[in-house]
Amino acid sequence: MNHETTVTDEQTGLIGRSWQRTSLALQQRGVIGVLFTMPVGVILLLLLAYPFVLGIWLSFTDTIVGRTGKFIGLENYLYLIFDDVFLLTTFNTLLYTAVAVLLKLIFGFALAIVLNRDFKGKGLVRAIVLLPWIVPTALSTIVFWWLFDSQFSCFSWVLMKMGLISTPIDFLGNPNNARASVIAVNVWRGIPFFTIGLMAGLQTINQSLYEAADIDGAGPWVKFKSITLPVIMPLLAVITTFSIIWTFADFHLIWIMTRGGPANATHIYGTLSYQRAIPGGHLGEGAAISIFIFPILLVCVLLTARYLRRED
Amino acid sequence: MPQGFLQKLVKFYIPLALFLLFLLFPFYWMLVTTFKSDVELYNLSLNPFYIYTWSLTNVEHLIFDTPFLKWLYNTLLVSIISAFISLATSLLAAYGIQRIRFRGSNFMGIAIFFCYLVPPTILFIPLATMVFKLKIWDSLMSLSLIYPTFLIPFCTWLLMGYFKSIPKELEECAMMDGASRLWVFFKVIVPLSLPGILSAGIFAFTLSWNEYLYALTFISSSAKKTVSIGLVTELVRGDVYHWGPLMAGALLGSIPVALVYSFFVEYYVAGMTGALKE
Repeated sequence: MNHETTVTDEQTGLIGRSWQRTSLALQQRGVIGVLFTMPVGVILLLLLAYPFVLGIWLSFTDTIVGRTGKFIGLENYLYLIFDDVFLLTTFNTLLYTAVAVLLKLIFGFALAIVLNRDFKGKGLVRAIVLLPWIVPTALSTIVFWWLFDSQFSCFSWVLMKMGLISTPIDFLGNPNNARASVIAVNVWRGIPFFTIGLMAGLQTINQSLYEAADIDGAGPWVKFKSITLPVIMPLLAVITTFSIIWTFADFHLIWIMTRGGPANATHIYGTLSYQRAIPGGHLGEGAAISIFIFPILLVCVLLTARYLRRED
Repeated sequence: MPQGFLQKLVKFYIPLALFLLFLLFPFYWMLVTTFKSDVELYNLSLNPFYIYTWSLTNVEHLIFDTPFLKWLYNTLLVSIISAFISLATSLLAAYGIQRIRFRGSNFMGIAIFFCYLVPPTILFIPLATMVFKLKIWDSLMSLSLIYPTFLIPFCTWLLMGYFKSIPKELEECAMMDGASRLWVFFKVIVPLSLPGILSAGIFAFTLSWNEYLYALTFISSSAKKTVSIGLVTELVRGDVYHWGPLMAGALLGSIPVALVYSFFVEYYVAGMTGALKE
Protein backbone atom coordinates (compact mmCIF):
# COMPACT_ATOMS: atom_id res chain seq x y z
CA MET A 1 0.00 0.00 0.00
CA ASN A 2 2.67 2.37 1.14
CA HIS A 3 5.00 1.29 -1.60
CA GLU A 4 2.34 1.70 -4.20
CA THR A 5 1.56 5.32 -3.28
CA THR A 6 5.21 6.32 -3.52
CA VAL A 7 5.44 5.01 -7.03
CA THR A 8 2.32 6.82 -8.12
CA ASP A 9 3.59 10.02 -6.59
CA GLU A 10 6.87 9.74 -8.36
CA GLN A 11 5.17 8.97 -11.66
CA THR A 12 2.83 11.91 -11.48
CA GLY A 13 5.74 14.02 -10.41
CA LEU A 14 7.76 13.11 -13.47
CA ILE A 15 4.96 13.65 -15.88
CA GLY A 16 3.58 16.63 -14.07
CA ARG A 17 6.76 18.62 -13.58
CA SER A 18 7.30 19.69 -17.14
CA TRP A 19 3.62 20.42 -17.54
CA GLN A 20 3.67 22.33 -14.29
CA ARG A 21 6.63 24.36 -15.43
CA THR A 22 4.85 25.40 -18.61
CA SER A 23 1.69 26.25 -16.75
CA LEU A 24 3.67 28.23 -14.17
CA ALA A 25 5.37 30.15 -16.93
CA LEU A 26 1.99 30.80 -18.49
CA GLN A 27 0.83 32.34 -15.28
CA GLN A 28 3.70 34.79 -15.22
CA ARG A 29 2.74 38.23 -16.38
CA GLY A 30 5.83 38.71 -18.47
CA VAL A 31 5.34 35.56 -20.50
CA ILE A 32 1.62 36.02 -21.08
CA GLY A 33 2.13 39.67 -21.85
CA VAL A 34 4.70 38.89 -24.51
CA LEU A 35 2.48 36.19 -26.01
CA PHE A 36 -0.47 38.56 -26.27
CA THR A 37 1.51 41.41 -27.80
CA MET A 38 3.75 39.33 -30.04
CA PRO A 39 1.64 39.31 -33.24
CA VAL A 40 1.35 43.10 -33.25
CA GLY A 41 4.98 43.47 -32.27
CA VAL A 42 6.17 41.27 -35.11
CA ILE A 43 3.98 42.97 -37.74
CA LEU A 44 4.99 46.48 -36.67
CA LEU A 45 8.67 45.62 -36.42
CA LEU A 46 8.81 43.98 -39.84
CA LEU A 47 6.49 46.26 -41.78
CA LEU A 48 6.83 49.60 -39.98
CA ALA A 49 10.05 49.88 -37.98
CA TYR A 50 12.20 48.00 -40.51
CA PRO A 51 10.98 49.96 -43.57
CA PHE A 52 11.44 53.16 -41.60
CA VAL A 53 15.12 52.36 -41.06
CA LEU A 54 15.42 51.02 -44.59
CA GLY A 55 14.05 54.35 -45.86
CA ILE A 56 16.75 56.25 -44.02
CA TRP A 57 19.39 53.90 -45.46
CA LEU A 58 17.96 54.27 -49.00
CA SER A 59 18.21 58.04 -48.72
CA PHE A 60 21.99 57.66 -48.39
CA THR A 61 22.25 55.50 -51.52
CA ASP A 62 21.82 56.01 -55.25
CA THR A 63 19.30 53.18 -55.59
CA ILE A 64 17.18 53.27 -58.72
CA VAL A 65 14.42 50.88 -59.76
CA GLY A 66 15.92 47.50 -60.69
CA ARG A 67 19.40 48.18 -59.32
CA THR A 68 20.64 48.05 -55.74
CA GLY A 69 22.43 51.27 -55.05
CA LYS A 70 25.65 51.97 -53.23
CA PHE A 71 26.28 54.27 -50.30
CA ILE A 72 26.79 57.84 -51.44
CA GLY A 73 26.61 59.65 -48.12
CA LEU A 74 24.78 62.96 -48.15
CA GLU A 75 24.84 63.38 -51.91
CA ASN A 76 21.04 63.12 -52.30
CA TYR A 77 20.50 65.71 -49.61
CA LEU A 78 23.14 68.05 -51.00
CA TYR A 79 21.61 67.76 -54.44
CA LEU A 80 18.15 68.48 -53.05
CA ILE A 81 18.99 71.60 -51.07
CA PHE A 82 20.33 73.21 -54.25
CA ASP A 83 17.39 71.98 -56.33
CA ASP A 84 14.95 74.81 -57.11
CA VAL A 85 12.00 72.43 -57.42
CA PHE A 86 12.75 70.99 -54.00
CA LEU A 87 13.00 74.45 -52.43
CA LEU A 88 9.71 75.46 -54.01
CA THR A 89 8.20 72.21 -52.72
CA THR A 90 9.38 73.03 -49.21
CA PHE A 91 7.70 76.41 -49.44
CA ASN A 92 4.51 74.81 -50.82
CA THR A 93 4.43 72.18 -48.09
CA LEU A 94 4.75 74.77 -45.33
CA LEU A 95 2.17 77.06 -46.93
CA TYR A 96 -0.26 74.22 -47.55
CA THR A 97 0.04 72.93 -43.99
CA ALA A 98 -0.11 76.31 -42.27
CA VAL A 99 -3.08 77.69 -44.18
CA ALA A 100 -5.08 74.47 -44.35
CA VAL A 101 -4.65 73.58 -40.68
CA LEU A 102 -5.48 77.11 -39.57
CA LEU A 103 -8.65 77.21 -41.67
CA LYS A 104 -9.72 73.74 -40.53
CA LEU A 105 -9.19 74.80 -36.95
CA ILE A 106 -11.21 78.02 -37.30
CA PHE A 107 -14.10 76.55 -39.29
CA GLY A 108 -14.13 73.25 -37.44
CA PHE A 109 -14.23 75.03 -34.10
CA ALA A 110 -16.93 77.42 -35.32
CA LEU A 111 -19.13 74.55 -36.49
CA ALA A 112 -18.59 72.71 -33.21
CA ILE A 113 -19.78 75.79 -31.32
CA VAL A 114 -22.82 76.15 -33.60
CA LEU A 115 -23.73 72.50 -33.05
CA ASN A 116 -23.10 72.58 -29.30
CA ARG A 117 -26.73 72.91 -28.27
CA ASP A 118 -29.75 70.64 -28.17
CA PHE A 119 -31.90 70.65 -31.25
CA LYS A 120 -34.08 68.30 -33.18
CA GLY A 121 -32.14 66.05 -35.53
CA LYS A 122 -28.79 66.68 -33.88
CA GLY A 123 -27.73 63.07 -34.42
CA LEU A 124 -28.54 63.28 -38.11
CA VAL A 125 -26.72 66.58 -38.56
CA ARG A 126 -23.67 65.17 -36.82
CA ALA A 127 -23.73 62.14 -39.10
CA ILE A 128 -23.99 64.39 -42.17
CA VAL A 129 -21.18 66.63 -40.98
CA LEU A 130 -18.85 63.63 -40.82
CA LEU A 131 -19.55 62.58 -44.42
CA PRO A 132 -16.61 64.42 -46.05
CA TRP A 133 -14.34 62.64 -43.58
CA ILE A 134 -15.84 59.19 -44.24
CA VAL A 135 -16.00 59.21 -48.02
CA PRO A 136 -12.73 58.04 -49.57
CA THR A 137 -10.60 61.13 -50.16
CA ALA A 138 -9.56 59.94 -53.59
CA LEU A 139 -13.21 59.79 -54.65
CA SER A 140 -14.25 63.14 -53.21
CA THR A 141 -11.14 64.66 -54.73
CA ILE A 142 -12.28 63.47 -58.15
CA VAL A 143 -15.51 65.38 -57.58
CA PHE A 144 -13.59 68.56 -56.75
CA TRP A 145 -11.37 68.00 -59.73
CA TRP A 146 -14.48 68.13 -61.86
CA LEU A 147 -15.87 71.10 -59.90
CA PHE A 148 -12.64 72.94 -60.69
CA ASP A 149 -12.73 72.08 -64.39
CA SER A 150 -11.30 74.82 -66.55
CA GLN A 151 -14.33 74.95 -68.87
CA PHE A 152 -17.30 73.38 -67.18
CA SER A 153 -16.85 74.42 -63.55
CA CYS A 154 -20.23 75.30 -62.07
CA PHE A 155 -18.56 78.00 -59.97
CA SER A 156 -17.43 79.73 -63.14
CA TRP A 157 -20.88 79.20 -64.61
CA VAL A 158 -22.57 80.97 -61.69
CA LEU A 159 -20.08 83.85 -61.68
CA MET A 160 -20.44 84.26 -65.44
CA LYS A 161 -24.23 84.27 -65.21
CA MET A 162 -23.94 86.94 -62.54
CA GLY A 163 -21.75 88.92 -64.90
CA LEU A 164 -18.81 89.02 -62.48
CA ILE A 165 -16.37 87.31 -64.85
CA SER A 166 -16.36 86.94 -68.60
CA THR A 167 -14.24 83.80 -69.04
CA PRO A 168 -14.19 80.65 -66.87
CA ILE A 169 -11.74 80.70 -63.98
CA ASP A 170 -8.64 78.56 -64.57
CA PHE A 171 -8.74 76.95 -61.14
CA LEU A 172 -5.99 74.38 -61.55
CA GLY A 173 -3.97 75.92 -64.38
CA ASN A 174 -2.80 79.04 -62.56
CA PRO A 175 -0.25 78.52 -59.73
CA ASN A 176 -1.97 80.54 -57.02
CA ASN A 177 -5.46 79.40 -58.00
CA ALA A 178 -4.27 75.82 -57.88
CA ARG A 179 -2.77 76.33 -54.42
CA ALA A 180 -6.01 77.85 -53.16
CA SER A 181 -8.01 75.02 -54.73
CA VAL A 182 -6.06 72.17 -53.14
CA ILE A 183 -6.17 73.94 -49.78
CA ALA A 184 -9.94 74.37 -50.12
CA VAL A 185 -10.39 70.64 -50.72
CA ASN A 186 -8.17 69.76 -47.77
CA VAL A 187 -10.16 72.13 -45.54
CA TRP A 188 -13.44 70.66 -46.77
CA ARG A 189 -12.28 67.19 -45.89
CA GLY A 190 -10.70 68.09 -42.54
CA ILE A 191 -13.38 70.26 -40.92
CA PRO A 192 -15.44 67.28 -39.66
CA PHE A 193 -12.47 65.87 -37.76
CA PHE A 194 -12.06 69.11 -35.82
CA THR A 195 -15.80 69.58 -35.36
CA ILE A 196 -16.64 66.13 -34.06
CA GLY A 197 -13.53 65.99 -31.90
CA LEU A 198 -14.17 69.39 -30.35
CA MET A 199 -17.90 68.77 -29.87
CA ALA A 200 -17.02 65.96 -27.49
CA GLY A 201 -14.89 68.39 -25.52
CA LEU A 202 -17.46 71.17 -25.52
CA GLN A 203 -20.05 68.84 -24.03
CA THR A 204 -17.93 68.33 -20.94
CA ILE A 205 -17.96 72.05 -20.05
CA ASN A 206 -20.18 72.77 -17.10
CA GLN A 207 -22.99 75.06 -18.26
CA SER A 208 -23.20 76.74 -14.86
CA LEU A 209 -19.84 78.37 -15.59
CA TYR A 210 -21.44 80.25 -18.46
CA GLU A 211 -24.44 81.18 -16.33
CA ALA A 212 -22.13 82.55 -13.65
CA ALA A 213 -20.27 84.51 -16.33
CA ASP A 214 -23.58 85.87 -17.63
CA ILE A 215 -24.43 87.14 -14.15
CA ASP A 216 -21.06 88.87 -14.01
CA GLY A 217 -21.92 90.49 -17.33
CA ALA A 218 -19.22 88.79 -19.41
CA GLY A 219 -19.49 89.10 -23.18
CA PRO A 220 -19.26 86.15 -25.60
CA TRP A 221 -15.58 86.74 -26.35
CA VAL A 222 -14.63 86.83 -22.66
CA LYS A 223 -16.62 83.67 -22.04
CA PHE A 224 -14.93 81.94 -24.95
CA LYS A 225 -11.47 83.05 -23.86
CA SER A 226 -11.74 82.30 -20.17
CA ILE A 227 -14.09 79.31 -20.04
CA THR A 228 -14.25 77.46 -23.36
CA LEU A 229 -10.64 77.75 -24.47
CA PRO A 230 -8.91 76.64 -21.24
CA VAL A 231 -11.12 73.55 -20.93
CA ILE A 232 -10.79 72.57 -24.55
CA MET A 233 -7.09 73.36 -24.95
CA PRO A 234 -5.64 69.85 -24.33
CA LEU A 235 -8.06 68.26 -26.77
CA LEU A 236 -7.51 71.03 -29.30
CA ALA A 237 -3.75 70.46 -29.06
CA VAL A 238 -4.07 66.76 -29.83
CA ILE A 239 -6.46 67.30 -32.73
CA THR A 240 -4.23 70.01 -34.21
CA THR A 241 -1.14 67.83 -33.87
CA PHE A 242 -2.81 65.03 -35.79
CA SER A 243 -4.04 67.42 -38.41
CA ILE A 244 -0.59 68.97 -38.88
CA ILE A 245 1.00 65.56 -39.37
CA TRP A 246 -1.64 64.40 -41.85
CA THR A 247 -1.64 67.63 -43.81
CA PHE A 248 2.15 67.85 -43.94
CA ALA A 249 2.37 64.26 -45.15
CA ASP A 250 -0.58 64.53 -47.51
CA PHE A 251 -0.41 62.91 -50.91
CA HIS A 252 -3.47 61.73 -52.82
CA LEU A 253 -5.50 64.90 -52.74
CA ILE A 254 -2.81 66.83 -54.58
CA TRP A 255 -1.61 63.97 -56.74
CA ILE A 256 -5.10 63.44 -58.16
CA MET A 257 -5.96 67.09 -58.75
CA THR A 258 -2.72 68.63 -60.00
CA ARG A 259 0.14 66.09 -59.84
CA GLY A 260 2.14 68.90 -58.29
CA GLY A 261 1.54 71.28 -61.19
CA PRO A 262 1.17 73.81 -62.71
CA ALA A 263 4.91 74.51 -62.82
CA ASN A 264 5.41 72.62 -59.53
CA ALA A 265 3.29 75.19 -57.68
CA THR A 266 1.41 72.56 -55.68
CA HIS A 267 4.13 69.95 -55.20
CA ILE A 268 4.49 68.97 -51.55
CA TYR A 269 7.00 66.51 -50.08
CA GLY A 270 4.70 63.52 -50.54
CA THR A 271 3.96 64.14 -54.21
CA LEU A 272 7.52 65.12 -55.15
CA SER A 273 8.97 62.06 -53.45
CA TYR A 274 6.46 59.82 -55.22
CA GLN A 275 7.13 61.43 -58.57
CA ARG A 276 10.90 61.10 -58.31
CA ALA A 277 10.85 57.60 -56.80
CA ILE A 278 8.13 55.65 -58.58
CA PRO A 279 7.49 57.06 -62.07
CA GLY A 280 10.99 58.61 -62.05
CA GLY A 281 12.68 55.51 -60.66
CA HIS A 282 15.09 57.36 -58.33
CA LEU A 283 14.28 55.51 -55.13
CA GLY A 284 17.20 56.93 -53.16
CA GLU A 285 16.37 60.52 -53.99
CA GLY A 286 12.67 59.97 -53.34
CA ALA A 287 13.46 58.45 -49.96
CA ALA A 288 15.60 61.49 -49.11
CA ILE A 289 12.69 63.81 -49.91
CA SER A 290 10.29 61.85 -47.73
CA ILE A 291 12.82 61.96 -44.89
CA PHE A 292 12.23 65.73 -44.80
CA ILE A 293 8.76 64.95 -43.45
CA PHE A 294 10.45 63.45 -40.43
CA PRO A 295 11.52 66.65 -38.58
CA ILE A 296 7.97 67.99 -38.38
CA LEU A 297 6.80 64.56 -37.33
CA LEU A 298 9.44 64.53 -34.61
CA VAL A 299 8.43 67.95 -33.30
CA CYS A 300 4.78 66.87 -33.19
CA VAL A 301 5.66 63.59 -31.51
CA LEU A 302 7.75 65.33 -28.86
CA LEU A 303 5.00 67.85 -28.18
CA THR A 304 2.41 65.09 -27.83
CA ALA A 305 4.74 63.05 -25.66
CA ARG A 306 5.23 66.01 -23.35
CA TYR A 307 1.50 66.52 -23.27
CA LEU A 308 0.81 62.83 -22.59
CA ARG A 309 3.30 62.82 -19.72
CA ARG A 310 1.69 65.89 -18.19
CA GLU A 311 -1.65 64.11 -18.37
CA ASP A 312 -0.30 61.24 -16.28
CA MET B 1 -40.17 85.68 -28.97
CA PRO B 2 -39.50 87.19 -32.41
CA GLN B 3 -36.25 88.61 -31.09
CA GLY B 4 -35.28 85.23 -29.68
CA PHE B 5 -36.03 83.65 -33.03
CA LEU B 6 -33.98 86.27 -34.84
CA GLN B 7 -31.08 85.61 -32.54
CA LYS B 8 -31.38 81.88 -33.12
CA LEU B 9 -31.57 82.48 -36.86
CA VAL B 10 -28.34 84.46 -36.90
CA LYS B 11 -26.46 82.37 -34.40
CA PHE B 12 -27.67 78.94 -35.38
CA TYR B 13 -29.76 78.38 -38.52
CA ILE B 14 -27.83 80.55 -40.95
CA PRO B 15 -24.34 79.35 -39.97
CA LEU B 16 -25.56 75.76 -39.88
CA ALA B 17 -27.14 76.07 -43.31
CA LEU B 18 -23.97 77.61 -44.76
CA PHE B 19 -21.78 74.88 -43.30
CA LEU B 20 -24.07 72.11 -44.53
CA LEU B 21 -24.19 73.67 -47.98
CA PHE B 22 -20.38 73.78 -48.10
CA LEU B 23 -19.96 70.24 -46.79
CA LEU B 24 -22.69 68.63 -48.86
CA PHE B 25 -22.46 70.47 -52.16
CA PRO B 26 -19.80 68.14 -53.66
CA PHE B 27 -22.08 65.18 -53.00
CA TYR B 28 -24.94 66.92 -54.78
CA TRP B 29 -22.66 67.65 -57.69
CA MET B 30 -21.55 64.03 -57.80
CA LEU B 31 -25.19 62.88 -57.96
CA VAL B 32 -26.23 65.41 -60.59
CA THR B 33 -23.32 64.57 -62.87
CA THR B 34 -23.82 60.83 -62.50
CA PHE B 35 -27.35 60.92 -63.85
CA LYS B 36 -26.83 63.33 -66.72
CA SER B 37 -26.16 62.49 -70.33
CA ASP B 38 -23.00 63.82 -71.97
CA VAL B 39 -25.01 66.10 -74.22
CA GLU B 40 -26.44 67.88 -71.23
CA LEU B 41 -23.20 67.75 -69.24
CA TYR B 42 -21.18 69.72 -71.77
CA ASN B 43 -23.84 72.22 -72.78
CA LEU B 44 -23.01 75.47 -71.05
CA SER B 45 -26.31 77.12 -71.95
CA LEU B 46 -28.17 74.75 -69.63
CA ASN B 47 -28.39 75.12 -65.87
CA PRO B 48 -25.71 72.74 -64.57
CA PHE B 49 -27.41 72.25 -61.19
CA TYR B 50 -30.43 70.67 -62.72
CA ILE B 51 -31.02 67.39 -64.52
CA TYR B 52 -33.28 67.93 -67.53
CA THR B 53 -33.45 64.31 -68.62
CA TRP B 54 -32.23 61.57 -66.30
CA SER B 55 -29.86 59.12 -67.87
CA LEU B 56 -28.17 55.93 -66.74
CA THR B 57 -25.58 55.91 -69.53
CA ASN B 58 -22.74 56.83 -67.17
CA VAL B 59 -23.53 54.07 -64.72
CA GLU B 60 -23.93 51.56 -67.55
CA HIS B 61 -20.68 52.62 -69.15
CA LEU B 62 -18.91 52.29 -65.81
CA ILE B 63 -20.27 48.85 -65.00
CA PHE B 64 -20.15 47.23 -68.43
CA ASP B 65 -17.22 48.92 -70.17
CA THR B 66 -14.73 49.16 -67.32
CA PRO B 67 -13.54 46.62 -64.70
CA PHE B 68 -15.28 48.71 -62.02
CA LEU B 69 -17.05 45.77 -60.37
CA LYS B 70 -13.75 43.91 -60.21
CA TRP B 71 -12.16 46.94 -58.53
CA LEU B 72 -15.03 47.11 -56.09
CA TYR B 73 -14.54 43.44 -55.27
CA ASN B 74 -10.78 43.92 -54.83
CA THR B 75 -11.29 46.85 -52.48
CA LEU B 76 -13.85 44.93 -50.46
CA LEU B 77 -11.60 41.88 -50.21
CA VAL B 78 -8.52 43.84 -49.16
CA SER B 79 -10.50 45.93 -46.66
CA ILE B 80 -12.07 42.89 -45.03
CA ILE B 81 -8.86 40.87 -44.81
CA SER B 82 -6.75 43.72 -43.47
CA ALA B 83 -9.47 44.81 -41.04
CA PHE B 84 -9.72 41.24 -39.79
CA ILE B 85 -5.97 40.81 -39.32
CA SER B 86 -5.75 44.16 -37.57
CA LEU B 87 -8.68 43.51 -35.25
CA ALA B 88 -7.54 40.06 -34.21
CA THR B 89 -3.97 41.10 -33.44
CA SER B 90 -4.91 44.47 -31.90
CA LEU B 91 -7.38 42.86 -29.52
CA LEU B 92 -4.69 40.62 -28.11
CA ALA B 93 -2.13 43.40 -27.93
CA ALA B 94 -4.48 45.92 -26.36
CA TYR B 95 -5.46 43.41 -23.70
CA GLY B 96 -1.84 42.50 -23.07
CA ILE B 97 -0.76 46.10 -22.69
CA GLN B 98 -3.73 47.41 -20.78
CA ARG B 99 -4.56 44.51 -18.53
CA ILE B 100 -1.65 42.14 -18.07
CA ARG B 101 0.67 45.01 -17.16
CA PHE B 102 3.90 43.17 -17.68
CA ARG B 103 7.32 44.76 -17.70
CA GLY B 104 7.59 46.93 -20.77
CA SER B 105 3.83 47.22 -21.33
CA ASN B 106 3.91 50.98 -20.83
CA PHE B 107 6.71 51.32 -23.31
CA MET B 108 4.80 49.20 -25.84
CA GLY B 109 1.70 51.33 -25.43
CA ILE B 110 3.63 54.50 -26.19
CA ALA B 111 5.56 52.87 -29.04
CA ILE B 112 2.32 51.79 -30.68
CA PHE B 113 0.91 55.28 -30.34
CA PHE B 114 3.97 56.71 -32.11
CA CYS B 115 3.62 54.10 -34.85
CA TYR B 116 0.23 55.64 -35.53
CA LEU B 117 1.90 58.98 -36.22
CA VAL B 118 4.23 57.65 -38.93
CA PRO B 119 2.60 58.58 -42.26
CA PRO B 120 2.59 56.25 -45.29
CA THR B 121 4.40 58.99 -47.21
CA ILE B 122 7.58 58.14 -45.28
CA LEU B 123 7.19 54.38 -45.68
CA PHE B 124 6.00 53.75 -49.22
CA ILE B 125 9.41 53.80 -50.93
CA PRO B 126 11.17 51.29 -48.63
CA LEU B 127 7.99 49.20 -48.57
CA ALA B 128 7.97 49.21 -52.37
CA THR B 129 11.48 47.74 -52.44
CA MET B 130 10.45 45.14 -49.84
CA VAL B 131 7.28 44.18 -51.73
CA PHE B 132 9.39 43.77 -54.84
CA LYS B 133 11.95 41.57 -53.09
CA LEU B 134 9.22 39.42 -51.53
CA LYS B 135 7.77 38.91 -55.04
CA ILE B 136 4.32 40.05 -54.00
CA TRP B 137 4.48 43.04 -56.33
CA ASP B 138 1.19 43.79 -58.09
CA SER B 139 -0.89 41.55 -55.84
CA LEU B 140 -3.75 42.14 -53.46
CA MET B 141 -1.77 40.20 -50.91
CA SER B 142 0.78 43.01 -50.65
CA LEU B 143 -2.01 45.43 -49.74
CA SER B 144 -3.70 43.08 -47.26
CA LEU B 145 -0.35 42.58 -45.59
CA ILE B 146 0.68 46.23 -45.45
CA TYR B 147 -2.61 47.94 -44.59
CA PRO B 148 -2.54 46.51 -41.05
CA THR B 149 0.57 48.62 -40.39
CA PHE B 150 -1.54 51.75 -40.22
CA LEU B 151 -4.67 50.03 -38.88
CA ILE B 152 -3.11 48.17 -35.96
CA PRO B 153 -1.75 51.19 -34.06
CA PHE B 154 -5.11 52.91 -34.23
CA CYS B 155 -7.17 49.82 -33.34
CA THR B 156 -4.87 48.93 -30.46
CA TRP B 157 -4.99 52.44 -29.08
CA LEU B 158 -8.78 52.55 -29.35
CA LEU B 159 -9.25 49.14 -27.73
CA MET B 160 -6.84 49.97 -24.92
CA GLY B 161 -9.12 52.84 -24.03
CA TYR B 162 -12.05 50.49 -24.10
CA PHE B 163 -10.48 47.88 -21.87
CA LYS B 164 -9.70 50.58 -19.35
CA SER B 165 -13.44 51.02 -18.75
CA ILE B 166 -14.05 47.34 -17.94
CA PRO B 167 -13.88 46.78 -14.16
CA LYS B 168 -10.87 44.73 -13.12
CA GLU B 169 -12.96 42.86 -10.53
CA LEU B 170 -14.76 40.92 -13.26
CA GLU B 171 -11.51 39.39 -14.41
CA GLU B 172 -10.20 38.85 -10.92
CA CYS B 173 -13.35 36.97 -9.88
CA ALA B 174 -13.15 34.69 -12.88
CA MET B 175 -9.43 34.04 -12.32
CA MET B 176 -10.04 33.33 -8.65
CA ASP B 177 -12.46 30.62 -9.76
CA GLY B 178 -9.56 29.09 -11.63
CA ALA B 179 -10.21 30.45 -15.10
CA SER B 180 -7.18 30.91 -17.35
CA ARG B 181 -6.15 34.17 -18.98
CA LEU B 182 -7.33 33.02 -22.37
CA TRP B 183 -10.70 31.95 -21.02
CA VAL B 184 -11.12 35.29 -19.29
CA PHE B 185 -10.09 37.06 -22.46
CA PHE B 186 -12.53 35.26 -24.73
CA LYS B 187 -15.45 34.81 -22.33
CA VAL B 188 -15.32 37.99 -20.28
CA ILE B 189 -13.36 40.71 -22.05
CA VAL B 190 -14.32 40.18 -25.68
CA PRO B 191 -18.10 40.04 -25.10
CA LEU B 192 -17.95 43.10 -22.86
CA SER B 193 -15.99 45.15 -25.34
CA LEU B 194 -18.06 44.35 -28.42
CA PRO B 195 -18.96 48.04 -28.98
CA GLY B 196 -15.27 48.91 -28.93
CA ILE B 197 -14.46 46.05 -31.27
CA LEU B 198 -17.17 47.26 -33.60
CA SER B 199 -15.80 50.83 -33.59
CA ALA B 200 -12.32 49.56 -34.29
CA GLY B 201 -13.62 47.29 -37.06
CA ILE B 202 -15.50 50.11 -38.78
CA PHE B 203 -12.46 52.34 -38.59
CA ALA B 204 -10.22 49.65 -39.96
CA PHE B 205 -12.63 48.94 -42.80
CA THR B 206 -13.13 52.57 -43.83
CA LEU B 207 -9.42 53.40 -43.51
CA SER B 208 -8.43 50.53 -45.81
CA TRP B 209 -11.19 51.45 -48.22
CA ASN B 210 -9.75 54.98 -48.34
CA GLU B 211 -6.12 54.00 -48.85
CA TYR B 212 -4.52 55.37 -51.98
CA LEU B 213 -0.73 55.72 -51.92
CA TYR B 214 0.21 52.06 -51.27
CA ALA B 215 -2.29 50.79 -53.81
CA LEU B 216 -1.01 53.28 -56.38
CA THR B 217 2.59 52.24 -55.75
CA PHE B 218 2.24 48.46 -55.51
CA ILE B 219 -0.47 47.68 -58.05
CA SER B 220 -0.04 48.01 -61.78
CA SER B 221 -2.36 45.59 -63.59
CA SER B 222 -5.89 46.75 -64.20
CA ALA B 223 -7.54 43.62 -62.80
CA LYS B 224 -5.92 44.10 -59.39
CA LYS B 225 -6.65 47.77 -58.84
CA THR B 226 -8.78 49.17 -56.06
CA VAL B 227 -11.65 51.55 -56.78
CA SER B 228 -9.78 54.80 -56.10
CA ILE B 229 -6.79 53.80 -58.19
CA GLY B 230 -8.79 52.26 -61.00
CA LEU B 231 -10.99 55.29 -61.51
CA VAL B 232 -8.21 57.84 -61.66
CA THR B 233 -5.81 55.79 -63.77
CA GLU B 234 -8.20 54.17 -66.23
CA LEU B 235 -10.98 56.69 -66.75
CA VAL B 236 -8.64 59.55 -67.46
CA ARG B 237 -6.79 58.98 -70.68
CA GLY B 238 -4.36 61.78 -71.38
CA ASP B 239 -6.49 64.88 -71.63
CA VAL B 240 -9.75 63.02 -72.05
CA TYR B 241 -11.76 63.00 -68.87
CA HIS B 242 -14.85 60.85 -68.71
CA TRP B 243 -16.52 62.99 -66.09
CA GLY B 244 -19.87 61.20 -66.16
CA PRO B 245 -18.53 57.69 -65.49
CA LEU B 246 -15.96 59.16 -63.08
CA MET B 247 -18.71 60.68 -60.96
CA ALA B 248 -20.71 57.48 -61.18
CA GLY B 249 -17.63 55.63 -59.93
CA ALA B 250 -17.07 58.09 -57.10
CA LEU B 251 -20.71 57.68 -56.11
CA LEU B 252 -20.80 53.88 -56.28
CA GLY B 253 -17.37 53.60 -54.68
CA SER B 254 -18.48 55.71 -51.73
CA ILE B 255 -21.73 53.88 -51.10
CA PRO B 256 -20.30 50.80 -49.35
CA VAL B 257 -18.38 52.93 -46.82
CA ALA B 258 -21.31 55.28 -46.40
CA LEU B 259 -23.58 52.29 -45.73
CA VAL B 260 -21.29 50.73 -43.16
CA TYR B 261 -20.89 54.14 -41.60
CA SER B 262 -24.61 54.98 -41.53
CA PHE B 263 -25.41 51.80 -39.66
CA PHE B 264 -22.78 52.42 -37.02
CA VAL B 265 -22.52 56.20 -36.79
CA GLU B 266 -22.65 56.15 -33.01
CA TYR B 267 -19.83 53.66 -32.76
CA TYR B 268 -17.79 55.64 -35.22
CA VAL B 269 -18.23 58.90 -33.34
CA ALA B 270 -17.58 57.14 -30.03
CA GLY B 271 -14.41 55.61 -31.43
CA MET B 272 -13.19 58.90 -32.83
CA THR B 273 -13.76 60.90 -29.68
CA GLY B 274 -12.65 58.05 -27.45
CA ALA B 275 -9.34 57.73 -29.27
CA LEU B 276 -8.78 61.49 -29.06
CA LYS B 277 -9.41 61.67 -25.36
CA GLU B 278 -6.88 58.98 -24.53
